[in-house]
Amino acid sequence: MALFATCLVDSLRPNVGFATAKLLEEAGCRVEVPRQTCCGQPAYNSGDRATAKTLALQMIEAFESYDYVVVPSGSCAGMIIKHYPALFAGDPNLAGRADRLAAKTFELVSFLVGVLGLKTVSARFEGQVTYHDSCSGLRELGIKDQPRTLLASVEGLELVEMKDADVCCGFGGTFAVKYGEISDKIVTEKCANVTTSAAKTLLAGDLGCLLNMAGKLSRQGSGIEVRHVAEVLAGMAEGPAIGRAAQDPALVEARS
Amino acid sequence: MSAHSTAHDFKANASRAIADTQLTGNLKAVRQNFIDKRAKAVKGLPEFEALRESGKEIKDHTLAHLDLYLEYYAQKVEESGGHVHFAADAEEARKIALDICRKVGAKTVTKGKSMITEEVGLNAYLEANGVTPVETDLGEYIIQLRGETPSHIIAPAVHLNKHQIEGDFRRVHTHLDPARDLNEKVSLLTEARGVLRDRFLVADVGITGANFLVAETGTSIIVTNEGNGDLTQILPKVHIVMTSIEKMVPTLEDASQILRLLARSATGQEMSVYTTLSTGPRRMGDLDGPEEYHVILLDNGRSAMLGGEFQDMLRCIRCAACMNHCPVYHQIGGHAYGWIYPGPMGSVLSPSLIGVDEAGHLPNASTFCGRCEAVCPMKIPLPKMMRHWREREFERNLNPALQRWGLGFWAFFAKRPRLYALANRLAIKAMALIGRKKGSFKGLPGLGAWTKYRDFAVPEGETFQAKWKKARAGR
Amino acid sequence: MSESRATMLASIRRSLGVKGDERIRKAMVEDRLERAPKGVIPDRAQLDAAGKLALMLEKLEAAQASVARLASYADVPGAIAQYLRDNNLPASIRRGEDSRLDGLPWAETALEVSKGPSAGHDLSAVSHADLGVAETGTLVLASGADNPTTLNFLPDYHIVVLSAADVAGDLESLWPKLRRKHGKGAMPRTVNLITGPSRSGDIEQTILLGAHGPRSLHVLVVEG
Repeated sequence: MALFATCLVDSLRPNVGFATAKLLEEAGCRVEVPRQTCCGQPAYNSGDRATAKTLALQMIEAFESYDYVVVPSGSCAGMIIKHYPALFAGDPNLAGRADRLAAKTFELVSFLVGVLGLKTVSARFEGQVTYHDSCSGLRELGIKDQPRTLLASVEGLELVEMKDADVCCGFGGTFAVKYGEISDKIVTEKCANVTTSAAKTLLAGDLGCLLNMAGKLSRQGSGIEVRHVAEVLAGMAEGPAIGRAAQDPALVEARS
Repeated sequence: MSAHSTAHDFKANASRAIADTQLTGNLKAVRQNFIDKRAKAVKGLPEFEALRESGKEIKDHTLAHLDLYLEYYAQKVEESGGHVHFAADAEEARKIALDICRKVGAKTVTKGKSMITEEVGLNAYLEANGVTPVETDLGEYIIQLRGETPSHIIAPAVHLNKHQIEGDFRRVHTHLDPARDLNEKVSLLTEARGVLRDRFLVADVGITGANFLVAETGTSIIVTNEGNGDLTQILPKVHIVMTSIEKMVPTLEDASQILRLLARSATGQEMSVYTTLSTGPRRMGDLDGPEEYHVILLDNGRSAMLGGEFQDMLRCIRCAACMNHCPVYHQIGGHAYGWIYPGPMGSVLSPSLIGVDEAGHLPNASTFCGRCEAVCPMKIPLPKMMRHWREREFERNLNPALQRWGLGFWAFFAKRPRLYALANRLAIKAMALIGRKKGSFKGLPGLGAWTKYRDFAVPEGETFQAKWKKARAGR
Repeated sequence: MSESRATMLASIRRSLGVKGDERIRKAMVEDRLERAPKGVIPDRAQLDAAGKLALMLEKLEAAQASVARLASYADVPGAIAQYLRDNNLPASIRRGEDSRLDGLPWAETALEVSKGPSAGHDLSAVSHADLGVAETGTLVLASGADNPTTLNFLPDYHIVVLSAADVAGDLESLWPKLRRKHGKGAMPRTVNLITGPSRSGDIEQTILLGAHGPRSLHVLVVEG
């Protein structure tokens, strides 16, 4: 099977890619990482259909030979699953290929639970965490219970629900920069709900949302740590949280 | 010309709204109320999902045959003694209404709540021509006193609190005792009831909108909780229904299906207090009701939406669930959108009706969180249609140059995987190097729009793909 | 045909890519109007007569109407007099010509009964509903000399008589009855579907009763 890390994970948080691979390999999958860039979602949502199609085709070519494509992101998986078929609808050459890729593409956690039938993971993480339901994963792919099921099996972890966990964090891709002021107000509310939950760690399944929330919490001087859910499920959450400096310079050395 | 728009100034409007702490406080106070009430009502009807599908099917069928249903409807209205007027645009609709008022020498007109009359700017036009319009829905009455437009399509004064309303009543109702106690909300309601009751009884013409037009019987249906729409239409000599063509449904059964969706989605009621079906003027033997019944059917750009990628928007029943669940609306309220229809439904509809040049910001000001589509009783794919508008803007080069340039720059690399890997590795290494002592950037060249509000996480230092290659090569 | 009408229809047809004279389209429209398919009917209202009545009563109260159950029509005047007394109201009532309210023992009460529409000076009025819809606790009133529409809206206290035999389960049950009474495709001038007393939520979304219509809705359910 192929791992599509997504451009954000590739650039900013490789640990999520490795955590994803670890979870899949431990479940018995053979994981490959084909050369990849971006699924095309930024172009698609900016109205640039031509670029979106070019990138989608590039993705189809790179990934269509695998049995499964797994993505540690609800929104990028949603792009492939829901929007590639729409992009190529009516195209006699590509509609079938887009549909076939869509049919074998899965967001990581829903793949682990829904396809592989996993109910537990063998990981340990001490403390209270709260989970943010990223919009695309929740509303396009129906990801709600799957991460909670697996998190419940993590030793030492207690999930505390925040208020409005299923409300947007204000990221919205380019929205966060095009309408920064509105985005800021939305993420400020989200962070207030995170803080009120009393959890020390915030988890989610989409790096875009995580960068937004981590960036705001960091700006607020909050001590709450932010991580991708895969890092915790894979037992790979010992390194610095998103946006946190490595305390031990040797750790930075070791990681690069 | 439709009603005045400041949609092109969306960003400035939104900024102003965000800075207005009274406004944001008022909005926050009512937000959860709408959401909870709807959720409870939906939960209480196991068939809600099936009804959404039924409602969608009814409207899709009607829109695909709209010409025929309109003809049938008009014939039925005429058979019942009413008159049907077709208005291509706002100006024509206003003129028809004024003509009817003039024919009966109308001095005052009472109005039931109607977004279509807002869309065509009817009040200002009537006033300029010597006819006084009196809004009778409590929320509409309040904003009329303030010279404002509605900030919400079913709760026009939702942006105000009781102290603001008290101030307006004291300012305008100068015939009442200045020492009266208006501290309780119910005192405000009672005062408005008294003032407006007198207006109802002397009005020459009553103007309402319509939630549905029923082709089968030539009936218009309005849905209210206050009863103001009913007093508006049964007391004066003339009842004018100003409405738009997509309100059509084939039969009374079809209207019933959608009524089940409407109140639950809007206010969380199972049924609004008053659902009123009106067919023609008063009949032989009737002791009350209007002597004349006119329907003004507005197009104003809607017929052009049929058959295209925005047709689905014409299923909208104006319940406001989309804005009630919108994280953007929650922060800025309805006025910031700059035109009559706020929130997600407006972000799709407004560019269709007043042009994407004017309203281009609106479909962009969405995080695509999808909550609007999830709660829409008519299953309108709102994010998808906002994306269609973004595509139109992109094709026409309407986006800001810097934005296009940025996207183009990114796309150049994204389309070239080898080059992308190289450039990305270099950029990531550089960023990691600059930020190696800290976890997050407080500011970053080129990312000012991000770092103005939040920090940016320093990359780990190497791309996943490069690290993966190294790690696997060692195996 | 007016020019505007022709222009609008032409514009619709251009967008839909049709001429308007296609036989198949016309047949589909005629069929739908003729058959009036029912769609999705909620299970909750598919009950026997006793179940419908119980649901009607439950939903009336949920809509903040008050209810009195009467054994027969002969009890109506007394129940009205009682209600007015209980609410400290003058014993005066306005009603229409509805024959179902004729021949009742009005004279056994102290009620002063006047007939006709309301001009806004009546504190209390009584109407007779044609139907109750149990699904939502909705009363159905049709305009006419029997039950003038102004009585439904101008008085502060609206009393509605409903025969338990007229309680239907769902909203859709109403339309065949109307078609039988008025002819298919024809309607009374006004049909009011009333679910509780008037209210407004326009001040800070707080629901307050008595906005423009009646402050109170009292339903007399006649079971005999």
